Amino acid sequence: MGTGTGGDDSLYPIAVLIDELRNEDVQLRLNSIKKLSTIALALGVERTRTELLPFLTDTIYDEDEVLLALAEQLGSFTVLVGGPEFVHCLLPPLESLATVEETVVRDKAVESLRKISQEHSPVDLEVHFVPLVKRLASGDWFTSRTSACGLFGVCYPRVSSTVKAEIRQHFRTLCSDDTPMVRRAASSKLGEFAKVLELDYVKSDIIPLFTALASDEQDSVRLLAVEAGVSIAALLPQEDLEDLVMPTLRQAAEDKSWRVRYMVADKFSELQKAVGPEITKNDLVPAFQNLLKDCEAEVRTAAANKVKGEVLPEDSRETIIMTHILPCVKELVSDTNQHVKSALASVIMGLSTILGKDNTVEHLLPLFLVQLKDEYPEVRLNIISNLDCVNEVIGIRQLSQSLLPAIVELAEDAKWRVRLAIIEYMPLLAGQLGVEFFDEKLNSLCMAWLIDHVYAIREAATCNLMKLVEKFGAEWAQNTIVPKVLGMANDSNYLHRMTTLFCINALSEVCGQEITTKHMLPVVLKMSTDQVANVRFNVARCLQKIGPVLDSSALQAEVKPVLEKLATDQDMDVKYFALEAISGMYLFNLPTYIFSETFSFSSILFFFFSFSLSP
Amino acid sequence: METPTKLPPSSPSSPTTGFSVPSAEKVDGFPRRSMRRARQRRSHSSSQFRYQSSQVELTPLPLLKDAPVAELHDLFCKKLQQCCVLFDFLDCVADLKGKEIKRAALNELVESVATSRGVLIEPLYPEAIKMISVNIFRTLPPSENPEFDPEEDEPALEASWPHLQLVYEFFLRFLESPDFQPSLAKRYVDQKFVLQLLELFDSEDPREREYLKTILHRVYGKLLGLRAYIRKQINNIFLRFIYETERFNGVAELLEILGSIINGFALPLKSEHKQFLVRVLIPLHTAKSLSIFHAQLAYCVVQFMEKDATVTEHIIRGLLRYWPKTCTQKEVMFLGEIEEILDVIEPSQFIRVQEPLFKQIAACISSPHFQVAERALYFWNNEYILSLIEENCQVILPLVFGTLYRVSKEHWNQTIISLIYNVLKTFMEMNSKLFDDLTSSYKVEKQNEIFRL
Repeated sequence: MGTGTGGDDSLYPIAVLIDELRNEDVQLRLNSIKKLSTIALALGVERTRTELLPFLTDTIYDEDEVLLALAEQLGSFTVLVGGPEFVHCLLPPLESLATVEETVVRDKAVESLRKISQEHSPVDLEVHFVPLVKRLASGDWFTSRTSACGLFGVCYPRVSSTVKAEIRQHFRTLCSDDTPMVRRAASSKLGEFAKVLELDYVKSDIIPLFTALASDEQDSVRLLAVEAGVSIAALLPQEDLEDLVMPTLRQAAEDKSWRVRYMVADKFSELQKAVGPEITKNDLVPAFQNLLKDCEAEVRTAAANKVKGEVLPEDSRETIIMTHILPCVKELVSDTNQHVKSALASVIMGLSTILGKDNTVEHLLPLFLVQLKDEYPEVRLNIISNLDCVNEVIGIRQLSQSLLPAIVELAEDAKWRVRLAIIEYMPLLAGQLGVEFFDEKLNSLCMAWLIDHVYAIREAATCNLMKLVEKFGAEWAQNTIVPKVLGMANDSNYLHRMTTLFCINALSEVCGQEITTKHMLPVVLKMSTDQVANVRFNVARCLQKIGPVLDSSALQAEVKPVLEKLATDQDMDVKYFALEAISGMYLFNLPTYIFSETFSFSSILFFFFSFSLSP
Repeated sequence: METPTKLPPSSPSSPTTGFSVPSAEKVDGFPRRSMRRARQRRSHSSSQFRYQSSQVELTPLPLLKDAPVAELHDLFCKKLQQCCVLFDFLDCVADLKGKEIKRAALNELVESVATSRGVLIEPLYPEAIKMISVNIFRTLPPSENPEFDPEEDEPALEASWPHLQLVYEFFLRFLESPDFQPSLAKRYVDQKFVLQLLELFDSEDPREREYLKTILHRVYGKLLGLRAYIRKQINNIFLRFIYETERFNGVAELLEILGSIINGFALPLKSEHKQFLVRVLIPLHTAKSLSIFHAQLAYCVVQFMEKDATVTEHIIRGLLRYWPKTCTQKEVMFLGEIEEILDVIEPSQFIRVQEPLFKQIAACISSPHFQVAERALYFWNNEYILSLIEENCQVILPLVFGTLYRVSKEHWNQTIISLIYNVLKTFMEMNSKLFDDLTSSYKVEKQNEIFRL
């Protein structure tokens, strides 16, 4: 195609672009659209305005993917057309894009329009931008009217009062549009629009619209109005709330559609914030109780997430929760739906800080225990992950006395994520309970995790041991855990033998030189003749890791010969790690030629292996 | 005035009511695919029970057939009112006596409306519609499976079906009764009623959608004033499905009704109807769950073409625009639809679209997925399509030749290769001169390519 074969070289970029834009391959068209700013830069501002933009406006009929890229590009084109003075040149292509069917394209076009609206001067806004909004608002097909809904809010604050009145009128019309799609768009932008309106107009214009949308025949419109209600409530003075928004919100909380009730439950914290403590206490708390008892699990789940009631007035928060919320919570603990219970489990521990020690022990602990034994792992997990909140309130001893049996049970849970969560609490529990209690009740658990069939658990168990030794000291380690760990070196399962090495990696430093040299090193060295290559190269890595703990005589006399032997191993990964260890520890002055790129291949292989090793 | 084609009078599923349906009436023009899938596995409740005030104790009323004529209507009315009481079906042992009384009353009502004449008098209309509304209109519960895949998963069945079915049956009999007077019904079956009825099409329970389909069709056929409104609301449901939620369980059923509506469109087509084709039906092809309603959709599209051949180009170009890029299963569906379209296309229209169309077909033939290639090659087994190709061989052969030649050498699947040989043979017989020319120029081109490398 020779669109640009004329004598004028400067036409070349646009010719290439046009050629590419007409290419059959979408990817090429997409690429050329993404390079649009480069092309505009090459053309200069004037020709971008007079040639490129008209071309783009005319050719808007393409794959949605290309249009999306175009819509996005145009949002940051202001400089390329000559700055704010000329920004209105971008409106025609964006206007077309704002009317296409595909939602993502349209939304992107609206986003770009909103962005460049800020770059219009007040005069340009009225001369160019507002007429576009009006055209979209009175378009034939629902797509353009839907797009218009998102544009009122950005131009309203910066136009004259006559134009403001027109904009309000257009918005009103769209709120009662014939098609539910447009009413949904209007409903979702109602809050945003209310924010830029003068308070008097909020009362006189927005409130009737809000009331109407909140009782629309379609629940999809009504539920969007709930969100708008939150924004509107925040704008009004306290004394107007009762008359203007509360009747509608109350009605929404009891809507016959569960989707609307869900929305109320989901926005409950925001709603409380917007209406303030007084109305919350008198009005929202009863509504909330109903939501917690709703017949649909979806609604109960959303409500259960909000039981902490962050926004309740400080002085009456405890009483309200005790008398109104807690009875509902007690029922939710044995709900039939797992998602409800799981949502509750993720927040219920937070109640203890509000209710204080005595109430927690009396009312909440029994609930925690029930949830800890729940049949769904997610519920149990959520409780365990939040143990620290309760710990702060009632102290670890009381916590462990009442919760320990349940925790021990969970340590053997069939879901590894639950086991993992328990492991992470072990150092905390151990520290608080003391050595004796730990040895008696929990030690065997910690050791059992080392031979878990899930790698993540074995890894966490290794790390756990290190933290325990930090708490209980080297002597304890030598007596209780080191023998067991070293015993695993003779296990028939190579994964368990490797666990010994991983434990030594973690423990050598906290156990100190003596234990490491006397007890651990011989085992490691012995394992260098293991028949599994993975064990052998982990010996090399382990030696490198514990090297700093050892004294130089041990290094020279015992470690060096073993590593040298491993460096001649027939397995190339073993060789690699042995050499790596040797150089890493500066054991010898090695000639550099050993580290040529021969090894990069094996290191790549190693990564493959290490992935395939973790189950 | 358009008239929808007649759906055969039917009872969507043979009811377990106290009377038997004449077997001739069981024949239904609609496929029963969805019915077969419905196995009782889990059932769900509707959100309506929370609004139920304290249960009323039902007491059995005298039988309708024993009532003296003078009291018949009064008793009928009382039975309708009795049936407005709702029961909790999730608790299957709750109030068994009341449930049984309501079931018996509904059975009697169904039988009475279906068999006796002169029962439906004016004062009964509001009572009947009220009973129907109270029972069937409810907010559908959230799907128990948020990733519900209508193709894979079992649908959740409505727990209150034992009563609900009878209420639907009653409604259907009511609409089909020879005594039914649209002029009286239209006061109660209004726009709001229809809108709620349409929303129920989202029910996961295929048995319910089956009833709704027949009922809506009857409403459309009998209440002329609601037709435009029904079409508009179906439009809105589809647009929301395409561009907003991608979820609506009753698309296939609504399309089935539309198929018969389109069939009855008056000519020339109104712009409203053309717009529906271009802006709703064609974009429906983009849906992820196309396979569930594709047969019905293709039927609607072909109906449009048969009505008015000038929409052909819009349809074909629309399909080409939305041609699936990665989903081969959908691609096969598209090819099937194209074949259905080509089956009835007018030769003059064919000429207008042959170029882009056969470029796409060539692309399908070279698809590494053998089902796609195979489906495209099957076009050459269709005699009518073959005759169209033959007439336009000069245009079509150059478009597909390179692909055919290349794929015949490269495709991994033996079936495809032999199909291509047949196609090449057909072309050779059609126009051997052109075929030879193309063969030699193709070879020269290949040579040049190798040379350039």
